[in-house]
Amino acid sequence: MGYPITQKVENNFPQSGVRSKIIDHMTLRLETKKLSVIYGTIYGIKDVSLPIYDKKVTALIGPSGCGKTTFLRSLNRMHDLTRNTLIKGNVYLNGEDIYAPKVDPVMVRRRLGMVFQKPTPFPTMSVYDNVIAGLKLVGIKNKLILDEAVEKSLRHAALWDEVKDRLSSPGGSLSGGQQQRLSIARALAVEPEVLLMDEPTSSLDPQSTSRIEELIDTLKKKVTIVIVTHNMQQAARVSDFTAFFYLGSIVEHNTTSKMFTVPENKRTEDYMTGKFG
Amino acid sequence: MEQNYTKEHATKELLTKNRSILYRSFGDRLFSYSVFGLGITVILCTVLMALVLYGDGAEAIKKFGFFGFLTGRVWDPGITMEFGAYPFILGTLITSLAALAISFIPAISVAIFTAEYSPRWLSSIIDNLVNLIAAVPSVIIGLWGIFIFAPWMRDTFYTHIYMWFLDHYPTMLPIVGNPIGYGMTTAILILAMMIIPYTTVITVDAVKKVPKEQREAAYALGATKWEVIRMAVLPYARGGILAGVMLSFGRAIGETMAVAMLIGNRNNLPFSILGPASTMPSVIVNEFREAVENIHLSSIIAVGFYLFIISLIVNLIAAYIQRKFSLTGARTI
Repeated sequence: MGYPITQKVENNFPQSGVRSKIIDHMTLRLETKKLSVIYGTIYGIKDVSLPIYDKKVTALIGPSGCGKTTFLRSLNRMHDLTRNTLIKGNVYLNGEDIYAPKVDPVMVRRRLGMVFQKPTPFPTMSVYDNVIAGLKLVGIKNKLILDEAVEKSLRHAALWDEVKDRLSSPGGSLSGGQQQRLSIARALAVEPEVLLMDEPTSSLDPQSTSRIEELIDTLKKKVTIVIVTHNMQQAARVSDFTAFFYLGSIVEHNTTSKMFTVPENKRTEDYMTGKFG
Repeated sequence: MEQNYTKEHATKELLTKNRSILYRSFGDRLFSYSVFGLGITVILCTVLMALVLYGDGAEAIKKFGFFGFLTGRVWDPGITMEFGAYPFILGTLITSLAALAISFIPAISVAIFTAEYSPRWLSSIIDNLVNLIAAVPSVIIGLWGIFIFAPWMRDTFYTHIYMWFLDHYPTMLPIVGNPIGYGMTTAILILAMMIIPYTTVITVDAVKKVPKEQREAAYALGATKWEVIRMAVLPYARGGILAGVMLSFGRAIGETMAVAMLIGNRNNLPFSILGPASTMPSVIVNEFREAVENIHLSSIIAVGFYLFIISLIVNLIAAYIQRKFSLTGARTI
């Protein structure tokens, strides 16, 4: 699936000439404007505006409870599943508002893949069936297409060599790191435009973590990735852009290299250097 | 040096001394002994029950043979004094399996509706009503069946079915049976209604226990609500659902009063679809007061013994199935 260029980026950082040069030739894949998520009466995030660029990795960092996961889950309308949650503002996917009244959240979620903190393979399904779960939902039944999709997705998720001989064994029988890569393969099988990752390595050992990080590096050639992480080294290693969340708002958003070397905001610097959080 | 010695010494002491030293205080001991005693009592009771049933039924089992009694087709307490449990075993298996088959879909549907679809206030009402069905004494359900359900079924369905077969396929009539209202079908329907709560309650629990992550994973793939239930919820809950089904089955096998009141109590084969039949519990409850001959009483108790064994087997199968199909611990993550 190709990714059409939809919208030329306007310069979101008028105050900085350097950054505008870097991002000038990139396209916007996803953008939020004044997005608020309200749980009952409490703001999870408030007035968050964030551009997410095509085929780049955007990392969301910040202390616990700062709203980074809330923000991520609002990008594929996962909040629709919880009671008493109100969304204000807009999220544009290729310039199209996904919270518009006529938009079906199911269709939105088919275009944005998601990987969770804990690996979530369906334990009763085989590895093969896990990968094609999303494709089956869209009604693809052709065995050739499915076979091809399974191999392709598992290769993209760097899992093919480990599981090619046991595609029929249950998804729950893999190791934790393999299960997480299986979850990634399953999300990739439907060829999403954006991959949302919610602390994908927090339940994994260091070796599996570095495999997933390598994977993110290769995947960004094909997909736009938004990753929530509480590990700042990880954000520095894998991302092109970083957004620092604090108390439900974005304190700073910049290219990762800039952010980690010369943060503009005092609070960002304090967080990065471990003074709080 | 001395420090090392004491350390080693202490370790050695800990390793070699009796484990019961851990329960040194009197309160601990008292508690562990009484819990142990009570636990053993349950096992002893079960074993003793089986022994007594076997002992009192031994006369019949010896006379007709262990398997001879199981396969004997005649139950005649009047003249020949010949007893065989086959009709009752057949009746029990047919009624409980049929009731299970009929109740399965409604029970699961109610469970899915209350756990997934209905608003909270409605599901709490439904939950309570379902529990109420389980709490109503079976003799009351039997009364309702005798005075309302069975006559109504007879007038609305059975007679018409019978007449239709009489007109079109008179040769089928022995299989259809007499539409008196009290018979196999009535008992099966009432039994199905009575066991729905057991499947439902356990299925609701199992469905609610499916981790949020599993549902969200399915939703994130772009599944609709029904697809989430089919893809993530039901497969994950299948162990619990099967446990509920097996519990219902055990309950259906053992259900006595309502069945005895509605099944029509015919002790001899052949049974028919609408006509009267008998089950193991129903024959016990109907005949134990009138058994004057030793061999008759002994045969009734022997039926009880076989019922005990069948229930035991069903329970063992249930435990096995549940262990095999439930997804907990290492198998998921």
